[in-house]
Amino acid sequence: MTVHVEHCMGTVFTIDVRDPGDWSDAIARVVAWLHRVDGIFSTYRADSDISRLRRGEIGLEDADRLVADVLALCVTMQSKTDGYFTALWDGALDPTGLVKGWAIEAASEMLREAGSANHAVNGGGDIQLAGEATPGEPWRVGISHPIDRTHVMRIVPGRDFAVATSGRGERGDHIVNPYTGRPATDLSGVTVVGPSLTRADAYATAGLAMGPAGERWLENVPDYDGFFRADGLAPSATGVCRVE
Amino acid sequence: MRRVVLAIVSTVASLVLLLSFKTHNPSVATPPAATSNATGNTSTGSSSTGSSTSTGGSTGASGTKTVTGDAVDTRYGPVQVQVTVTDGKVTNATAVEYPVTDPRDAQINAYAIPALNQEAVQSGTAGIDMISGATYTSEGYIQSLQSALNKAGA
Repeated sequence: MTVHVEHCMGTVFTIDVRDPGDWSDAIARVVAWLHRVDGIFSTYRADSDISRLRRGEIGLEDADRLVADVLALCVTMQSKTDGYFTALWDGALDPTGLVKGWAIEAASEMLREAGSANHAVNGGGDIQLAGEATPGEPWRVGISHPIDRTHVMRIVPGRDFAVATSGRGERGDHIVNPYTGRPATDLSGVTVVGPSLTRADAYATAGLAMGPAGERWLENVPDYDGFFRADGLAPSATGVCRVE
Repeated sequence: MRRVVLAIVSTVASLVLLLSFKTHNPSVATPPAATSNATGNTSTGSSSTGSSTSTGGSTGASGTKTVTGDAVDTRYGPVQVQVTVTDGKVTNATAVEYPVTDPRDAQINAYAIPALNQEAVQSGTAGIDMISGATYTSEGYIQSLQSALNKAGA
């Protein structure tokens, strides 16, 4: 088993391989992959392919081929979320909402191809989990309270699944409802659980934009479940907040 | 330092409370017995900043030992947790390094429940492998604490 912690994309990644042996080489390839994705897709880096595309310096055909792959995925997810997930807002191309989940899911696939059946890749709380935590024991993912994030509200146990959380984050990020053009403020956090992190991440972002109605919408999406949380939930006297 | 100890314990306490709040799935009712007994003494700091790797072997747990977890880099700075383990039970947890500029420190501290400290620490964090939706700093606390527990065989 090998655990690696890496700072990338402005957040912390944990790569946790539970299979016996030393997985440093495979993990090094995953880390290189994550930094490569950041170099292509970062909207904070002036020299990234996305930034150059946004400035019109290059066309899609000049960008890394991964850009076209990701934009195609964005179009798919926009269609699957009735337009609530979008990589194009106010004329600016921003696939950030999909890139991290997609990169993590691909990282997990790289570990599988290297022979690991039991691992987790966590990027800032968006997690793709393969196999089991220990033989016979499922992975257990804690879902933190959207306001007081030191408190865990629920544990989701499972094998071969993904968990994504979108929220009005500590960085003051906000998700815009593309139909109103206003920040979506009805919910403080949406967590989506399902097989693919790429989709779970996009559904969580869309759910936040949809607001409370998103919960019913997600019920009709096969294989995915969600926890929608409104603002104002306070820890109870015992310090544990119940999920509504 | 004290407030950070409380912050750590508060985090642990909430995890433990959650573990005792096992209504959602019967499979979480039984904490794994000594599932993590890796020693991380071969911790190899990578040359790039903000990363660390530990590769585990295996050992038993007996007597009292103090183990320091990996330093986990967060957006606000590194977090490193030290635990004292006696006969396989965590008897103390302390942040030996933490970001002092984190505005959430005070907020975290507000939830500290001293009466639960000892019980919470003794129960450790067994049962949670990953956190979704955590802040960078609290994720750092948990990661470093978990790596210390893994090293200690707790």
